[in-house]
Amino acid sequence: MLALHVMDLTYTKEEDTFRREIRAWLAKNTPRRQHDDQPLESGDPKRIADAKAWQRKVYEAGYLAMGWPREYGGQGADVMRQTIVNEELVRARAPGFIGLLGITMVGPTLITHGSEEQKRRYLPKILTADEIWCQGYSEPGSGSDLASLKTRAEIVGDEFVINGQKVWTSNAQHADWMFCLVRTDPDAPKHGGISYVLIDMKTPGITVRPLVQMTGDAGFNEVFFEDVHASRANLVGGLNNGWQVANATLVHERNMLGSTTRTQQSFQSLLRLAKSHKRNGRPASQDPLIRQRLADLAIRVETMKLEAYRQLTDTLRGRTPGIAASVSKLVSTELNHDLARTALDIMGSYGPLGRKDPRALDHGIWPIDFMFSLGLIIGGGTSQIQKNIISERGLGMPREKRA
Amino acid sequence: MIDFGLSEDQEALQRSARDVLARECSPSLVRETAKSGDGLPAALYAKMAELGWTGLIVPETHGGLGLGTLELALVLEELGRVVAPGPFLGTQLVTAALVRGGTAAAKKTWLPRLVAGEALGALAYLEASDRHDAAGITLAAKKTRVGYQLKGEKLFVAGLPGASLLLVAARTKAGSGPRGVSLFVVPVDTPGVRVRPVETIDLTRRVGELELRDVVVDRSALVGREGEGWPLLARLLDLGAVGIAADSLGGAERALEMAVEYSKVRQQFGRPIGSFQALKHMAAEMVAEIEPSRSLVWYAAYVFDKTPAEAPRAASMAKARLGEVYSRTVNRAVQMHGGIGFTWEHDLHLWFKRARWNEVAFGDPPFHRDRLAELDGY
Repeated sequence: MLALHVMDLTYTKEEDTFRREIRAWLAKNTPRRQHDDQPLESGDPKRIADAKAWQRKVYEAGYLAMGWPREYGGQGADVMRQTIVNEELVRARAPGFIGLLGITMVGPTLITHGSEEQKRRYLPKILTADEIWCQGYSEPGSGSDLASLKTRAEIVGDEFVINGQKVWTSNAQHADWMFCLVRTDPDAPKHGGISYVLIDMKTPGITVRPLVQMTGDAGFNEVFFEDVHASRANLVGGLNNGWQVANATLVHERNMLGSTTRTQQSFQSLLRLAKSHKRNGRPASQDPLIRQRLADLAIRVETMKLEAYRQLTDTLRGRTPGIAASVSKLVSTELNHDLARTALDIMGSYGPLGRKDPRALDHGIWPIDFMFSLGLIIGGGTSQIQKNIISERGLGMPREKRA
Repeated sequence: MIDFGLSEDQEALQRSARDVLARECSPSLVRETAKSGDGLPAALYAKMAELGWTGLIVPETHGGLGLGTLELALVLEELGRVVAPGPFLGTQLVTAALVRGGTAAAKKTWLPRLVAGEALGALAYLEASDRHDAAGITLAAKKTRVGYQLKGEKLFVAGLPGASLLLVAARTKAGSGPRGVSLFVVPVDTPGVRVRPVETIDLTRRVGELELRDVVVDRSALVGREGEGWPLLARLLDLGAVGIAADSLGGAERALEMAVEYSKVRQQFGRPIGSFQALKHMAAEMVAEIEPSRSLVWYAAYVFDKTPAEAPRAASMAKARLGEVYSRTVNRAVQMHGGIGFTWEHDLHLWFKRARWNEVAFGDPPFHRDRLAELDGY
């Protein structure tokens, strides 16, 4: 019998060639980052201009939005090429894209659910970073229970009039547009009264107030709406259909190999630290307990890399991912947090030293990473929500009663 | 081209193994076998031989199926799922050793019988020191005019009583390093071989210890070259580690299923206990450990054939991880069952106890993590 699939962990010649090309391009073009660079959140106009220029450069080289269809400015690339680009960007330690939410969230949503006019209006500027997007989902009273959101959009003539508040809104301070979930029918069951609306951040009535994270950076914001007007033409995917539209985009996440590449790099940094930093007069890596923890982390990192290959294969074979994305989110965020925690444990008294202290090891990134990675355990669906999804959708255990 | 998934044939093999074993290896058979003298479910082993599993990795020229370690791992996963008794894995290891290093005479005598399921094998390498490295092997093999004379003891031998052919690791030259280790096939009924059954908590396996009192074997019993048996033995230990990892994966999957099934029917406080988040999250944590580990088992089996240089790393990773995952899974599964899970009457303790043996067989998780650290240069 002819086998259609044979297990193989090598790339084709064409894929290897493609990888060499992008690697060479990145080696030549990746901007060098300084550890004392202002974070993007600072709003420093030069940093933002640089970040936009970087995204545009990648776009012009043909390595941005690899999965988007060509007619909308993407590369129409297969999953393998998308994966290779993501891996190489991480490997080159290239800066993240300032327009990431546009590229990964609102862009694909518009391609699937948007009108021709919306696609023509918004997609090109997402790619060129001329317009930066932020996501208006969470509210003070609606975190894990997102569908309970209350920000109200009343229809008045040809417009929505929006009142309410969003929270944890990354990028809002320098975003030009927001894709926003609003309640358009307060009497419908909660999932059925939500609409997906595009809001110009320069509209009168919008106030953006920075929220400082425990790391000290103002990575996200509160956004207040007071009689904010948006045209009905800014509705995506039909009135009261916003929940379906938003969920369709969440499934588009295909960057797992990129994220495992980042985790592998983090482990390599940890290993360098363990070999160089001394505890009780010998390298920490020689301490039997630390050694055991390092090897355990090595195994978990390798497992997630292999798991990414398995999921990639399922995607290539057209199989539905099921709960794999939830398992990966749960496992990899906790793994990243454990990596940072191990680094802190290795460093002992040096562990809590801040970024600017001259004695801080690795420029003080580990305590920041330790905190930031805890944030990722919470953001994007907490670990507890992932466990609900895994047990209910994956194992068919009885669902929670929902109000 | 990247394709990290099973082939259609491999999926079919696993499916059919699961179907066959669901019929042929029930928990009641496992319990009956535990009470029998030799721990061998004869009908099950006849069925496995009929399906070709006994000769799964034996080349077709020797009457086997000529398949690879990945296929073997899939069958072992299914055997683990039903906590199958008997020395299946030991038989595979002895068979693999003969295929690779057996003399023509030994191959001719034993391979057909092993493939036919008439002979079953056991690997005897551990001694009282419980060391999994070359230094653990001290049993003496003295060269004689016609062959060798073996003297010493072997402990913790899985598949005894039950196995008829032993692969014994011995020293033909004194020392503690890899040089001087030699391997021999020794029929269990050879004069001077004494088997003492060992009592373990694991009801699904037989474990014995061996005393070899001046056991005489002829030259054809030597597997591989004299004094150079360690590399082959090390490879067998890696194969054993991958095999136990696969067995653990299957066992963990089944324990999770049992716990989830039970939680859907058991009512307390007027609702199924599976509706409580405390239990749902426990089950989700089990999934989050088990599912990604499958990739590790596949990888270890895949590189065992394709990239032998990577095989020790991968085997250690799989063995360390699955050993712990299986133990944690059965522990949670018992807790999800509550009191009934703690009884002799309920079947779950068969898995619980097998997990404990699996965790230590072919090296426990700390051993393999330490080995991984060394292989990776830290």
